[in-house]
This record gives sequence, structure tokens and C-alpha cells, in this order.
Amino acid sequence: MTLTAFATIGRFFLGFFAQTGRLSVFIGQTLKALIRPPFYFRMIGQQILRIGYFSLPVVALTSFFTGGALAIQIYYGGNQFNSETIVSSIVALGITRELGPVLGGLMVAGRVSAAIAAEIGTMRVTEQIDALTTLSTDPFKYLVAPRVIAATLCMPILALVADIIGVFGGFVVGTQSFGFNAAIYVQRTVTFLSFDDVSSGLIKAAVFGFIIATMGCYHGYHSKGGAQGVGRATTNAVVSASILILAANYLMTSLLFSA
Amino acid sequence: MSEKITLRDVHKTFGTKQVLRGVNLSIEKGQSLVVIGGSGSGKSVMLKSILGLLTPEQGSILIDGKETVGLARDHRREIDHQMGMLFQNGALFDSLPVWRNVAFQGMQNDGLSEADARDQAVDSLALVGLGAELLDLYPASLSGGMQKRVGLARAIAAKPEIMFFDEPTTGLDPIMTDVINHLIRDCVSELGATTLTITHDMTSVRAIADKTALLYKGEIIWQGDADHLAASDDPYLLQFVNGLAEGPIEVEGQQISAPAGGQ
Repeated sequence: MTLTAFATIGRFFLGFFAQTGRLSVFIGQTLKALIRPPFYFRMIGQQILRIGYFSLPVVALTSFFTGGALAIQIYYGGNQFNSETIVSSIVALGITRELGPVLGGLMVAGRVSAAIAAEIGTMRVTEQIDALTTLSTDPFKYLVAPRVIAATLCMPILALVADIIGVFGGFVVGTQSFGFNAAIYVQRTVTFLSFDDVSSGLIKAAVFGFIIATMGCYHGYHSKGGAQGVGRATTNAVVSASILILAANYLMTSLLFSA
Repeated sequence: MSEKITLRDVHKTFGTKQVLRGVNLSIEKGQSLVVIGGSGSGKSVMLKSILGLLTPEQGSILIDGKETVGLARDHRREIDHQMGMLFQNGALFDSLPVWRNVAFQGMQNDGLSEADARDQAVDSLALVGLGAELLDLYPASLSGGMQKRVGLARAIAAKPEIMFFDEPTTGLDPIMTDVINHLIRDCVSELGATTLTITHDMTSVRAIADKTALLYKGEIIWQGDADHLAASDDPYLLQFVNGLAEGPIEVEGQQISAPAGGQ
């Protein structure tokens, strides 16, 4: 009984360290591929379109409704007599510092990590990655690097879009539902918001982009066992990217705002 | 003739499963060697070890006399460049049209322009009996036989010195099997390439082999000229060639009958 318990704990830690080691090697190979030629610019452009451009609607809708919901919560939860100042400032802060990058990151993780893991996973189980290697092409440079570059570049832009639309969502609710003066709302938002609020969110978003693409590529690249294996890789990519985004957000928030 | 590929005492293990247990094999320049063996005998692992897709724990794989085991990918570019590979299911890139698949290596590594790459694709497709009308189609819209032929066109596009064929006729009808076998033979004789084919299809063996080797439980247990296949009295070879359920070869991990005087 005791031995079985030790064996289970041992297996867990061995598995954990093996997975961590494999992920570290994967990230190392990815970083090497990011800085060493050849660079596949056509692939990078294609991925910017897929990851960035096609994620715009989902990020825009998410942030619009989140900005609106945030305005309602602050209005009813706070002091309604002074709400015109509080709602505009807290919506702007909440969206730019946290909700824009984090919710945008989670939405993109669901859409992009899954798509990357499914695509690369299918390439793995149908021997297309082996074919790439035999055709003298490094899969890290051809498949992984373009996706990581595209996601890391696109996420800050998506977060900026999320910031603008999220603040706009709060503005629409504030002016239409609560009768706030539009000019005062905008003025308070602009006055209260600092450059650091926006830039911290954009830095976070870039890190989230790296996490999203790396998790998608990692799980896809190591998938095995046919369709079931690809399905498992897709689920693992989304779950691990989401958890890492939340953990990285906590770490970066404590680093960026503790000083 | 000089040896183009040499395997010496190659071992490969996955977890606790020993797949290759000391493979010794050599292929002379310009020769067509076919390795036969049942499912799970280690044929694909052996092929992937030669291609550098897997790294053996022990043993030596020489190509043109140069050791390739443990060679980093960046350092085996020159060796990779002289190899062509036809995968079992074609392994065509889904996201690329036929012409980009066929001219992939030329475009990515040799700096071919799009116009030159299309020309190269047309020439390679012609060698496998396919027309230019396929150029802009995607692999998903091709039949299995056509995918194999496009895969073959991709493998020969860069005019490799060594070609590998992994189960080239598996899943094809008898007519397409004959077409593929002839194409392999023709391509090889035109290019003068050294080839290694792995298969369990005896029709292919008779059509394309100069020399044959039988892989069983991770070891080469018989090898000789293709002409000597029929005359051999090796019990393992006889069972495999004649497709008999009874004999010394264990089926799916379970022995059908005890070997009687076999090796």
C-alpha cells in the first residue's frame, strides 16, 4: 500500500519533470529558429493573417460586451451619485490593464492554439513533418517560428483593439443606459488613463501571444496516435495556454505594478 | 561497386521495446534493395534511422562512407539533399497545391523562382505520367494512387542519388500497383539512383528488387539476390514469400507453430 503510494507520487514527479524538460528543449529550439535564417516571410505573412486578422471579430465582440458589463457592475455596485467619474475611469483601467489583454488572450488561445495544434498534429501523424525534414527543411523554422512570430506580433495589436472597443462598450452603456454626458465621459477617460496602463497591457499581450503559439505548436508537434492523439493535443494546447496566460498575467502584474 | 549505404549493428529501442536488434545491411551504388518483413518487424524504424528521423542508441549508419548517426540536422543538409523519399501515404502537404508540393525543395532550398518551380513540377509530374492540369489542385482532391504518384514526383524532383520507398504500393489496386512499380523502376534506371524499398508486397519485390533482405524481429535474417528468392530453402523466407500462416514466423506476437529446423 505504502509502496503503491510512493510509486504513484514518483510517477507523477517523473512525468512532470520529463514534460518540463521536453517543453524547455522545445522552447530552446524555437528561440534558435527565431534568430537563425532562413526566415520564411511568406509563412509569417500567412500566419499574421490567420492569427491576427481573423481573430479580430472574436476579440472585438468579447471586449465590447465586457466593457459594457463592467460599466453596469461599477454603476450599480458603486456610488451612483459619483458614478460618472468612477465608471469611466475604472472601465478604462480594468480594460487596458487586465481585461483587454487577458480576455483577448484567452479568446485567441481557444481559437488559435487549437487550430495550430490540430494543423501541426495532423501533419505529425500523417508524416508531413517527417517529409519536411527529408526535404532539407527544418520544421521549427518552417512551421513553429512563423506562428510564434505572428502570434507575438499580433497579440499586442489585438489587445489594443480590445482596449479601444472595450472602453467604447463602457461608453455606450454609460451614455445610453445611465444618461452620462458623452463629452465628460471621454474627457474623464482620457485624463485618467496613463501611457503605462496601456503599455503594460500590450507587453502582457505579447507574452500571451508567445504562450498561445508555443503551446499550440508544442502539443501538435508531439501528438501521436492518429485522430484521437490530435484531438488530445488540441485540448491540451487550449488548456495549457489558458492556464499559462493566467499564471503569466499574475506574475507580470506583480512585477509591473509592485514597483 | 562501392557501398552507398552501410548499416552496422544498428539498435533502436522505444521504452522497453527493442525494435532493431543489431541490423547489418549494405547497399551498393545503383542497386535496388528491397527489405521485406511483417508488420512490426522494424522496417519503418530502420528506414527512419537511415533518414536521420530517429537516432539509434547503438551502431553505425554510413552514407558514402560518412558516419551519420549523431550528426546534427544542420550538418547533414548535404546528405539530405541527395536523398528522396516516398512516404507510405504520400505525406503531401495539405496546405499547398500540387506544384508547390513537387517543387518544394527547389523553392525552399535552391532558390527557384515560382516560374522555374512550376516548370520543374511539370517535368517531374510528366516523369510519373501525370499532366500539368493537376498543378493547381490540392492533395485532398486527388485519389490515393495519384497522391502516391505526386509523392513520387516530389521525391525525384531534385534528382536524388538515393531514394527510399516506404510501402509504395500499400492500399493500391493491382493495376495501380503495377503502374507504381514500373514508375519506380523507370525513375531509378533514368536517374541511376540507389534505392531502398520496404514492403510486404511480393509483387513489388519481384518487380523492383535487385537484392532482397528479410527483416524479422529487428534483425536481418536472410539476404540475397532477388533471383534467388524462389530457390531459397530458408524456412522464414519460404513462409513469408508464400504467405503461409504456419511456420517459424510469429504472427502478432503469437507463434502459430514451432520452427522445425528453422534458423
